[in-house]
Amino acid sequence: MTDSLWLIPLIPLIGAAINGLAGKRLPKSAVSAIACGAAGISFLLACISFVNLLQLAPEQRHVLKVYFTWIASGDFLAKAGFLLDPLSAVMILVVTGVGFVIHIYSIGYMHAEDGYYRFFAYMNLFLFSMLILVLSGNFLLMFVGWEGVGLCSYLLIGYYFDRRSAADAGKKAFIVNRIGDVGFILGIFLVFMTFNSLDFGEVFGQIAAGTERFAVESGIGILTAIALLLFVGATGKSAQIPLYVWLPDAMEGPTPVSALIHAATMVTAGVYMVVRCSPIFSRAPLAMDVVMVVGIATTVLAATIGLVQKDIKRVLAYSTVSQLGYMFVAAGVGAFSAGIFHLMTHAFFKALLFLGAGSVIHALSGEQDLMRMGGLRKHIPVTYRTMMIAALAISGIFPLAGFFSKDEILWSAWAQGHPFIWLFGLITAGLTAFYMFRLVFLAFYGEARYPEEVRHHVHESPGSMTGPLVVLGILSVIGGFVGTPLWMHLGPNRFFSFLEPSLALARLPEGHEFSHMAELGFAAISLAVAGVGIYIAYRIYVLNPGTAENLASRLSGIYRILFRKYYVDELYDAVLVNPTVRGSTELLWKRADVGLIDGAVNGVGSTVQRMAAILKYVQNGLIRSYAAWILLGTAAVLIYISVFRS
Amino acid sequence: MDLIHYLVLSMLLFIIGAAGFIIKKNVISVFLCLELMLNAVNLSFVAFAKHLNQVQGQIFVFLVMVVAAAEAAVGLAITIVLYRNRKTLSVDDADSMKW
Repeated sequence: MTDSLWLIPLIPLIGAAINGLAGKRLPKSAVSAIACGAAGISFLLACISFVNLLQLAPEQRHVLKVYFTWIASGDFLAKAGFLLDPLSAVMILVVTGVGFVIHIYSIGYMHAEDGYYRFFAYMNLFLFSMLILVLSGNFLLMFVGWEGVGLCSYLLIGYYFDRRSAADAGKKAFIVNRIGDVGFILGIFLVFMTFNSLDFGEVFGQIAAGTERFAVESGIGILTAIALLLFVGATGKSAQIPLYVWLPDAMEGPTPVSALIHAATMVTAGVYMVVRCSPIFSRAPLAMDVVMVVGIATTVLAATIGLVQKDIKRVLAYSTVSQLGYMFVAAGVGAFSAGIFHLMTHAFFKALLFLGAGSVIHALSGEQDLMRMGGLRKHIPVTYRTMMIAALAISGIFPLAGFFSKDEILWSAWAQGHPFIWLFGLITAGLTAFYMFRLVFLAFYGEARYPEEVRHHVHESPGSMTGPLVVLGILSVIGGFVGTPLWMHLGPNRFFSFLEPSLALARLPEGHEFSHMAELGFAAISLAVAGVGIYIAYRIYVLNPGTAENLASRLSGIYRILFRKYYVDELYDAVLVNPTVRGSTELLWKRADVGLIDGAVNGVGSTVQRMAAILKYVQNGLIRSYAAWILLGTAAVLIYISVFRS
Repeated sequence: MDLIHYLVLSMLLFIIGAAGFIIKKNVISVFLCLELMLNAVNLSFVAFAKHLNQVQGQIFVFLVMVVAAAEAAVGLAITIVLYRNRKTLSVDDADSMKW
């Protein structure tokens, strides 16, 4: 059944086409049925493909389906083909599975919105682009999907386009992503120049075969250059330093969009791409170090900002940035499987957190400020319980999904000999636990801080919204057990051995031998740190409400820096955005365009006019003067011929 | 008589005609000068025809004469109309076709 691989992205595209072209005239029930049906069928087909892949022997799990020659020009040959291997299988399952669940949720969440059909058409279009991205068998088709998801992200962030801030956030996301994409496409050019091919199998095969030419590079070689350029693209899409600034603003979009695109799937595309290109990255230690350092820096930075944000969705956005940093740390230390593992579990619990936040916002008639929530535990019990599960999962509490994946990353960092990375990761794990439970405690515990008129409307969300919460809650609990560490004595890590064929061409670093007891000890340490984080949050926000304000005023300097997000947006505005805008306005627009280009065009016109104003006096209506001119002219021609031409 | 004599005569006639065309103000005089120039050209045509012993020059002269006749008819008609409308025969007064 891997023959039906092409149907997996095609069906959401058909759904998007129907809803986009005819959705305006269809009833809402039909629109949502088409969209959810398309996502559901796609998920079903993904499951079937996955099962079929499992039936193959591990070394044969590399199914490349080439459908047609897309571009053939001279030496350049690009074929449109899909690649199904363990890595892309995991990705399509996550994308279609989480995507399907979020589509269902959207039925309830978006029911009162204008442009209902537009929303679902974009969502299906997003699924199509994302599936193209992860299934593509070459760099060029991947880039098509890459740009496609960027477009859908832009459209969905600006879904409430009549709101100024949403339109601006959409533009910001689009422009920042384009900056990253410049790096990505330059990387693709360099790949083609070096290997004369863009096909994953061909490129990675050449790298693996050419041990002389493509040895592990000590300094900056061609592979390092490619890897760094590709990573620039990844920092844009996956919101890493220095291009992370668009993601928090992207929360202007509807909450299901934040869950699907800006938490679970699209933003992980950068991680996926780095892991897909692991044969390149693993031979470029310098690039790996860059990935690792950028990852850990982003993790810490975003987590500290997340500590003090007041908008529930912004806390989650910074948490997403922070968790994406973890994934890059994993890739940077060579634990590619751990990165993908965290990508998967993160998709479950972060989607759940966003959907839960959406349910809270829904219950409070659109309130997003954590300071105006509180005491919701009894009013919306299903949301509360699932949010609690997700918060425990992201904090890394045993035995929920986040524990296994995050611990695997931290352990890999230590095992590959990066104790400082491990330390920062550990601290951030504590910060994560703290800000997550700060959110939970502020929203669900304590006194209700919302106004009286909202109080009457507080209600649990409909079944179409709580159902997805429960499904994702279950996944957040059991999702980690696909990759149990060795110390649990449940056999080898099945997730890692499943992914192994995809990473066969990468040069994975030799791990130091550590006993299982050591690994268990480290797990205990991270568990303890997470516990401390939760306890502090409990002390501050439940036992002694008001401590937070005290702390904030006592540490007002730090608090203000964190609350204003390290002034990074202001810095970018001052250093990059404003000079660009002012340069464009003053120099390019008012000087170059108005002065030079318009000036040249107008100058030609006015010169002709001025010359004509002088010359018009020749046409004076006097026949005798015309005759004189003719005579003079003839005489001149005759003189010219007789003198110069003879 | 040599060719050169005819050509010099033709040139003199042409110059007189051209100069008169530019100098004279009366429409009839201008018209006559025009005829003079045409006939100066005719003279050189026949002179060349005789000199080169070819007939084409003479044929051309007939052509020019036909054109001159037609032109005379049209020109005199215009002159009459001009006089009726403007009560003048001066070419300088007929200068309304200008910028």
